[in-house]
Amino acid sequence: MTAGAPTWTFTEDDFGAITDCMRRFLDDTNAMCAMLVDKSGQLVTTVGTAPGLDATTFATLTAADFGANDQLARILGETEFTTLFHQGERESVFVADVARRLILVVIFDSRTSAGMVKLKLKPQVEELTALLDSAMARSRAGAPPRQKLLHGAEQEIDDLFQW
Amino acid sequence: MSMINYASREINCKIVYYGPGLGGKTTNLEHVYGKVKPETRGKLISLATETERTLFFDFLPVDLGTIRGFKTRFHLYTVPGQVYYNASRKLILKNVDGIVFVGDSQAERMEANLESMQNLYDNMAEYGYDLTKMPFVVQYNKRDLPNAAPVADLQAALNPGWEVDDPAKFRVTPDPYHAGENLVQQISSGEWVERAPYFEAVAVNGDGVFDTLKAVSKLVLKALA
Repeated sequence: MTAGAPTWTFTEDDFGAITDCMRRFLDDTNAMCAMLVDKSGQLVTTVGTAPGLDATTFATLTAADFGANDQLARILGETEFTTLFHQGERESVFVADVARRLILVVIFDSRTSAGMVKLKLKPQVEELTALLDSAMARSRAGAPPRQKLLHGAEQEIDDLFQW
Repeated sequence: MSMINYASREINCKIVYYGPGLGGKTTNLEHVYGKVKPETRGKLISLATETERTLFFDFLPVDLGTIRGFKTRFHLYTVPGQVYYNASRKLILKNVDGIVFVGDSQAERMEANLESMQNLYDNMAEYGYDLTKMPFVVQYNKRDLPNAAPVADLQAALNPGWEVDDPAKFRVTPDPYHAGENLVQQISSGEWVERAPYFEAVAVNGDGVFDTLKAVSKLVLKALA
């Protein structure tokens, strides 16, 4: 058994490539907002805007929603539900698995259609999966140069909690 | 699974409050929510039943400060304590970085505490996580109640310690939170045993809540150091 799930790190380059890819997707589909969320509920990045959106909360609830649906899929004998769709009166949401590690959330309204978003979602997921797979492969091949961000920071950590 | 984002300069960590039903997990989060500055926390989300029992989880994001130019963002979760919600509990444990076990000090809740602790070990093991090697603290809540069991009894039952297998840790490590007690020590049979740090609490009025949070957060960050 391991001490826990491994830590993973985004470099600025990874982050830039991912956000560029998501921005192009928004341009192509006219969706309002796209978020990339870690399966533990941590928001990786968000592109575009949706009025009044609390992205942190949205990310957490999406991860829980996706996780619960993943279990439902298994109960049915499916490996996974790769995509979820929540339809609202004004705004709707597509949620898709990316590289079995992250979740892509797309919020859109009547300026586009579910069909358009779904059509463009598949190549978008494939592109993001390729980006993330290569980042993971680099990470596995050797520790990224700044992985030990807090190396030697014991005293600073103690000081942080002097409240 | 801590996530370090160099672009947004954030360290994101996940802490889960675990324990038997009605033990005070949600109360811990409510106290944190009420006491930290509004600009350092997000909304407290509760997915609860109509009778305010946790159905799926409670969630509170808090910023605990900046270290080396990185914001430390902690996502605090509770799990539903009731036995039949195990699927939800297990889901919340995924990719956890630190665990707080909130035990109910009332003597008649000892069995529920033991069942929940065993369930925690089992669920962690199913993910392949070893709780004894992770940031883990135990909180004994409801210390103000007249039927609260002695801490020594709770420790013996819920936090008896585990055998240390790494010779590098074969040295007496004092418990920084309790003078005269040790977190790692050699017992009479010669084995080295380690215990999780523990805290006494009355979460309903905030006693021990921040001590617990500080301890587990510190352990999570030190795991990255």
